[in-house]
Amino acid sequence: MVQKVVTGNRLSDGAVIFMGEDGGWTCKIELARIAETDEEAQLLEDLARAAERARLVVGPYLIEVTVGGRAIKPVRYRERLRAYGPSIHPDFGRPDVPGHFRMGVEANHVHLNGVAG
Amino acid sequence: MYRYDEFDHTMVRERIDQFRGQIARRMAGEITEDQFKPLRLQNGLYLQLHAYMLRVAIPYGQFNSKQMHMLAHIARKYDKGYGHFTTRQNIQYNWPKLSEVADILDDLASVEMHAIQTSGNCIRNTTADQYAGVAADEVEDPRVYAEIIRQWSTFHPEFAFLPRKFKIAVSGAVDTDRAAVRFHDVGLFVVRNAEGEVGFQVWVGGGLGRTPMIGKKIRDFVPKADLLAYLEAVLRTYNMLGRRDNLYKARIKILVHETGVEEFTRLVEHEFAEIQGGDFTLPADEVARIAAYFAPPQYESLSDDPPALTARRFEDKAFNSWVRVNTARHKVPGYVIANITLKPTGLPPGDVSADQMDAIADLAEQYSGGSIRATHEQNLVLPDVRQDQLYDLWLALREQGLADANLDHIGDIICCPGLDYCALANARSIPVAERISQRFADLDRQYDIGELRLKISGCINACGHHHVGHIGILGVDRKDEEYYQITLGGAPGEDAAIGTKVGAAFSATEIVDAVETVVNTYLALRRDGERFIDTFRRVGDGPFKENLYDKAA
Repeated sequence: MVQKVVTGNRLSDGAVIFMGEDGGWTCKIELARIAETDEEAQLLEDLARAAERARLVVGPYLIEVTVGGRAIKPVRYRERLRAYGPSIHPDFGRPDVPGHFRMGVEANHVHLNGVAG
Repeated sequence: MYRYDEFDHTMVRERIDQFRGQIARRMAGEITEDQFKPLRLQNGLYLQLHAYMLRVAIPYGQFNSKQMHMLAHIARKYDKGYGHFTTRQNIQYNWPKLSEVADILDDLASVEMHAIQTSGNCIRNTTADQYAGVAADEVEDPRVYAEIIRQWSTFHPEFAFLPRKFKIAVSGAVDTDRAAVRFHDVGLFVVRNAEGEVGFQVWVGGGLGRTPMIGKKIRDFVPKADLLAYLEAVLRTYNMLGRRDNLYKARIKILVHETGVEEFTRLVEHEFAEIQGGDFTLPADEVARIAAYFAPPQYESLSDDPPALTARRFEDKAFNSWVRVNTARHKVPGYVIANITLKPTGLPPGDVSADQMDAIADLAEQYSGGSIRATHEQNLVLPDVRQDQLYDLWLALREQGLADANLDHIGDIICCPGLDYCALANARSIPVAERISQRFADLDRQYDIGELRLKISGCINACGHHHVGHIGILGVDRKDEEYYQITLGGAPGEDAAIGTKVGAAFSATEIVDAVETVVNTYLALRRDGERFIDTFRRVGDGPFKENLYDKAA
């Protein structure tokens, strides 16, 4: 099956968070706990529902990811934007936007064009 | 401008206390997100892709230096040091914490601002011509009536749960429409009838979104005293008959379309006849009381084109361009309306940093009697600038990176937040706007191209008004990739038109080239004096299609 992680928004500030290895929640997708089977995905979902009741997370859901080395990359670009974005205002957004998410380069002083992939 | 009375202050304070309690209950787990969501939306608080977003109302786009300083303070203290001006003359903060929202609202209330009814299925912030009160071409100042509508619509118990959101715009000028009046649920023009009386021309059922429609004129003249009675009749008709079964068919434009303009008008007139002359009649003394808040400042007796202006225009080419492009005629000689376009090359349209906000507030205080306007095109206006002080203002704006002379040109792009922020978006829009503004960064090239309204939305909800762009761009999701459709021929103003799709969508790497192809096609075809939209209307979309698709094939 495709690998999955569970994500949602943190209640207190709306930040994008992922359930980590230890069942806690993290802003870093590379620390997310990966479900390799349907059973594991179900477990993640159950834990996420409990976290929702515990007022940690709003609207948790599973997303598909690919795993290469230590990198965990969402399959869908909407989820890549959630995990790494916004792709504008790099000074205000996440400092760790990975290169593969940048939109490519048209002019030297611009780093946001092209297709995210 | 309008000042809160004790009732306004009490209403806003009580509302904050109520919402503070609701937030506490949510954080304590006493209410669920499903229960909390409609409550937070009624207070302007969304949960977006990366964070909460708070939309603060700027009634009819009018605010002052003190308020702008507070907006800067909020950006600095509670957000990431910037704010975003929207197409409804509001400002949005993209990073507030839920736990601090009530404190933000307290700070806003201290300068007579709030976020009430900036979301939800209610009557939203009423918008107005940004040149209201100073335009040389208006019949009467529309802010007086926008304020009366604001008071009538705020917490109106009958219209708190409409089938869908409801947007009203008012313009004091009828021949020039700077407020996209025909694309509102209700659009009002202040007009004078054959007897010389002032009243309102009423348009209903305009809108953008999934089903764009130009409003229909349902009445040539509503007397001033009957303004609220007539609006009440329109809203009651909509509230009774608007579709609540289908989110996509719930706006009044669908009701007007499905009912037919004639029948809809008949229903409104029937309701109006029932209530005309009753409680909703506007007392003349109350109108006068509100109008007094909008009394013009004490203008000095000056002449147009003073030497201090003309000499500087002659000496300084960049200043001359800014004056030519970014200023408009004021109704009083010796004064001018100055536009601050928030569209610097390569940066997000509508974004302003806290430091820039403070600078604008100070400049407004110094040069414009403290008055500032937000426009639906995501720009700001200083409405009362002395012509002999314009050069000093421009120098100060330039120091802040706020003197881009691109109003109504291709660099002056309306753009929604798109998928960089918005939970509804299908594609990013701001990076596309940034790249287009870089491609056309050369101002001389922009001036050669002339007036060109380019508008970008990241989804079909059309917050970026792409339907009414001379060139419109709509972001779509094609097999999990961002693609961009081009529409041509839209127009927001007195020559209102809805653009039509020119063909298949372009990828993110192709879209800027495609826009350039469209522009170059126009340049090759235009006749003397033709704007882009004029050429498009003369030649149709054929040549554009040919250059965009056939040659590439």
